[in-house]
Amino acid sequence: MLKNFADYIVFNLFTLKPGSRLGEALDFFIYDTIKIFLLLTVIIYVVAIIRSKFPPEKTRKILSHEREYVGNVMAALLGIVTPFCSCSAVPLFIGFVESGVPLGVTFSFLISSPMVNEVALVLLWGLFGWKIALIYIGTGLLVAIISGIVIGKLRMEKYVEDYVWQMQVGNSEVADPSFRETLDYARDYTLGLLKKIWPYVLIGIGVGAFIHGYAPEEFLTKYAGRDNPFAVPLAVLIGVPLYSNAAGIIPIVQALMEKGMAVGTVLAFMMAVTALSLPEAVILKNVMKNRLLAVFFGTVAIAIVFVGYLFNAIL
Amino acid sequence: MKIEILGTGCAKCKKLYENAVDAVKQSGKEAEVVKVEDIRKIMAYGVMSTPALVVDGVVKTSGKLVSPQEIIGML
Repeated sequence: MLKNFADYIVFNLFTLKPGSRLGEALDFFIYDTIKIFLLLTVIIYVVAIIRSKFPPEKTRKILSHEREYVGNVMAALLGIVTPFCSCSAVPLFIGFVESGVPLGVTFSFLISSPMVNEVALVLLWGLFGWKIALIYIGTGLLVAIISGIVIGKLRMEKYVEDYVWQMQVGNSEVADPSFRETLDYARDYTLGLLKKIWPYVLIGIGVGAFIHGYAPEEFLTKYAGRDNPFAVPLAVLIGVPLYSNAAGIIPIVQALMEKGMAVGTVLAFMMAVTALSLPEAVILKNVMKNRLLAVFFGTVAIAIVFVGYLFNAIL
Repeated sequence: MKIEILGTGCAKCKKLYENAVDAVKQSGKEAEVVKVEDIRKIMAYGVMSTPALVVDGVVKTSGKLVSPQEIIGML
């Protein structure tokens, strides 16, 4: 139905020819924009209601009772539902390690939270279908769990900035919100997030539509197809310093995949962009020494490269 | 009354500060609004998501931006 609507606008109202480059690009842009914003609004609202039940204070309490392994799995899962913004990364990190959450478990949370989120889920589902969305979530969790376990095993505690261990963390109990407050929170959260990401989504879909309409078919197959063994590590290297959220990057990679980029390479690129970024490194530099920061980025990057190869081999 | 806005300088923290100043003005109550950016003091309140709003030493909200009207209700 949405497709018919987009077709009607482009081919009837704008009287562009079906099959023409401009027509196809515009059709793609209108269709994707409407679909994505509908999905985003509904899903973000639902997720916000779930999220209001999992403030970081509660997540910390749960995790502080967990040991390694089980703790890593729990941390990665809670990363999906606990609201997190990179601007709160420092108090969150300190709050976690101070209350006895093991360092590796804290990292599982820090990796999963930005990478596996509702915006990524919506865009992957809307643009790639539910199978790829589930694969992304599954492997994203796996990357977070395994990287956290590895960092935990490396005994990096001494590379956390010393002042972090001396910090006095108080206990605050914010009352559970009423049903009414939860709905208000969900509405504000949805509007706030949409307000923040809509330009990225539009630009992403616009660039995607341009590639869709103008780039020659199969033009990436030679460089980013599954036969090029360097494609995955290169995609990760390009993706790590890039700072974008899932909202901007997913419409672009969808178009890249259409033009011949292999699925594993696409997944690896997306994970590298969302999980690791330079601004995040600058923020985390406040609480960790260079060595730990390097181990963190290195471990996650290697895990992501591995995921890329795996999916290029099996899909 | 003392209102503290906890946050390490993000856009939302500044907005919350403005909202708190607004709320005080509108309510006509005597209150001092201060920004707290020192991570040690923020952690002492046990807050892990910023911005947070503290009234007379009690954490009222954390991790969200609340409107002046909502803040008036907490004073």
